[in-house]
Amino acid sequence: MANRAAPEVNAGSMADIAFLLLIFFLVTTTIPKDSGINRKLPPIEEDQEDVVIKEKNIFTVLINNNDQLFVEENVMELSEVRAAAIAFLDNGGDGSCSYCHGLKDPKSSDNPDKAIISLKNERETSYAAYISVQNELVAAYNDLRNTRAKEVAPKRGFSDMNFVEMEANFSDPKFNGNKDKLKEVIDQIRNEYPEKLSEVQ
Amino acid sequence: MSKFKSKKDNALPAVNTASLPDIVFMLLFFFMVVTVMREDTLLIENVLPVADQVEKLDKKNPISYIYMGKPAKGYEKYGESAKIQLNDKFAEITDVQSFINAERAALREEMIPYLTVSLKVDKKANMGVVMDVKQELRKANALKINYTTGTGEVSANMER
Repeated sequence: MANRAAPEVNAGSMADIAFLLLIFFLVTTTIPKDSGINRKLPPIEEDQEDVVIKEKNIFTVLINNNDQLFVEENVMELSEVRAAAIAFLDNGGDGSCSYCHGLKDPKSSDNPDKAIISLKNERETSYAAYISVQNELVAAYNDLRNTRAKEVAPKRGFSDMNFVEMEANFSDPKFNGNKDKLKEVIDQIRNEYPEKLSEVQ
Repeated sequence: MSKFKSKKDNALPAVNTASLPDIVFMLLFFFMVVTVMREDTLLIENVLPVADQVEKLDKKNPISYIYMGKPAKGYEKYGESAKIQLNDKFAEITDVQSFINAERAALREEMIPYLTVSLKVDKKANMGVVMDVKQELRKANALKINYTTGTGEVSANMER
């Protein structure tokens, strides 16, 4: 009996099959790009007690039905909002804020802890305008925190990071530094410039 | 003339394609691994606005998606104004609370406080519908929200 070897399978079409699958996955792939602006909504409280906040500690931003921007009742361009918000938050009017660089104008906010930004919108405001303004206001906080991080962090051994990078490093599991110390610095800066941004319904 | 020189040398040798399947398979596996199939079929127009102060949405925490926007082509009978889409169908504002409760019921108990609601809103939508949804989320006590955006300069938002 002749020893018959099994005939070899022709693998020439393997590449074709693989290409077919490859093209299918290429087409169906959507690389997720989920990122955005995180916000916390205020809880609904049963008994609303009236907290008295001084008018000068509130920075009102209104976007009206035609997407026009009013900051403290004056018309303003989107590009100017960030600087105005920084000036307001960093004012330090009552002198208790030792790290503020602002003008110490007594007519503006007392200190960053008391300063509140109130963002108002109307029903016909477009979402794009709303997000743009939100973004600028978050940017104002981030800018202030970054500046503060440049002053604080080198003494604590994190010389080459600003605040945003610190936060990114803190949530990065691959970061090889002292996370406890980093958390301390982050919390300190967060306390010095707390994000008090209210969205009025 | 050397007698070892064969005639064959004059012809260009064929490129060896034996490793082609390997290369293609490598690519195939890459795309198979990174592919995330779309969870919801969108019935609305959904072009997200852009922002540059974005934070990554943490995949470790559970995320629920609420879509808002004008009904897409083929769904014009649902009207011109921005609608809410939950899962695979249009929804009314009153459905938001039950949607959140259903999402919570599907989670392990310890994860419930970490539920983040991602608002995917078309940039042409108006704030009215977003305000209503936010109010419903407050009623449902789902307070962690994320305005999901693309990344880019905000000036691009205002271009029609």
